[in-house]
Amino acid sequence: MCLECGCGDPEIVPVDVHEKILAGNDRAAAHNREHFTSRGILALNLMGSPGSGKTAILEATAPKLRGSFALGAVSGDLATDHDAERLRAAGIPALSITTGSACHLDAAMVHHALHDFPRNKLDIFVIENVGNLVCPAVYDLGQHANVVALSVTEGEDKPLKYPVMFLKADLVLLTKTDLLPHLTGMRIERFEEALARVMPAPKMIPVSTHSGEGLDEWIAWLRERLALRAEHGLHNARQPHAARSASGH
Amino acid sequence: MHEYSIVEALISRVAEEAEARGAAGVSRLYVKIGALSGVEPDLLASAYELFSERTICAGAELRIERVEERWACSGCGRAVERGAALVCPECARPARLVQGDEIVLERIEMEVP
Repeated sequence: MCLECGCGDPEIVPVDVHEKILAGNDRAAAHNREHFTSRGILALNLMGSPGSGKTAILEATAPKLRGSFALGAVSGDLATDHDAERLRAAGIPALSITTGSACHLDAAMVHHALHDFPRNKLDIFVIENVGNLVCPAVYDLGQHANVVALSVTEGEDKPLKYPVMFLKADLVLLTKTDLLPHLTGMRIERFEEALARVMPAPKMIPVSTHSGEGLDEWIAWLRERLALRAEHGLHNARQPHAARSASGH
Repeated sequence: MHEYSIVEALISRVAEEAEARGAAGVSRLYVKIGALSGVEPDLLASAYELFSERTICAGAELRIERVEERWACSGCGRAVERGAALVCPECARPARLVQGDEIVLERIEMEVP
């Protein structure tokens, strides 16, 4: 009640919050990360445009890891089970997360999927996000690293147009490099230059699931990350420093 | 259009706070949105208009403060300009984002009877 003039109007009280709006998602993500870390599972958030080759990369990865590391995956899909079906056909235990109209996965969706996931012993768990270069970058899912698939046909300006996605990437896989000879004037260096402008300490591996180019380097990156798991525990995916300080409130 | 899910999270956080303090209503919200947060302030504002109806935030003003991106060297702290490669011109170490990725609820002004 306003005591100034006795008008009876309610008093306006300011309440300082200083909290990330997605703090609820971040708590669910921390829970997922704890789940993965305590089991020694390397969790990756694989993002990229629709058709950038996310599923194809996993299909090509499965035979290279067979016998040494166990791979599992969930696949975010607006309406179908196609991607998870392709992954299962490639021998990867996989489930779909059907998002309906949602353009991204959030930590709670991944948490629910983990409850339904077969209790296989896993070394690497890939969360294949919904095809989209914007929204998925905003949501922490509990992964240890962000991998972004960018196909050469999308053009070298995409990192500049979607800087948030590439800012958060730990690794960019430049896919479909076998198509480069058909793209006039397109060179790998132009992708590298664009990435360096939005991604601190940029790391890019050109790959082709068609020719097999770069797949060994990608597998070496995975093995390196898995080796870190044994030596130092698992690290979190790249989170900009400003976000870290805001979460301290 | 993840701005809708950001608004959903925002309204539920505000409702929680208002309930805890027995507020009769909410008059104004202050949020900070960074240029590199992945959230578009204009889309956030229109999503808020639409989704705040019939919630405790109905009629409450949403004030959005935009935060510019700022980069600095991860080693020597010297400011690094965006535009060229994100490395320090002095010591060649990678830049780090100092500010610009905020999606933060700063303050709620609520009506307490």
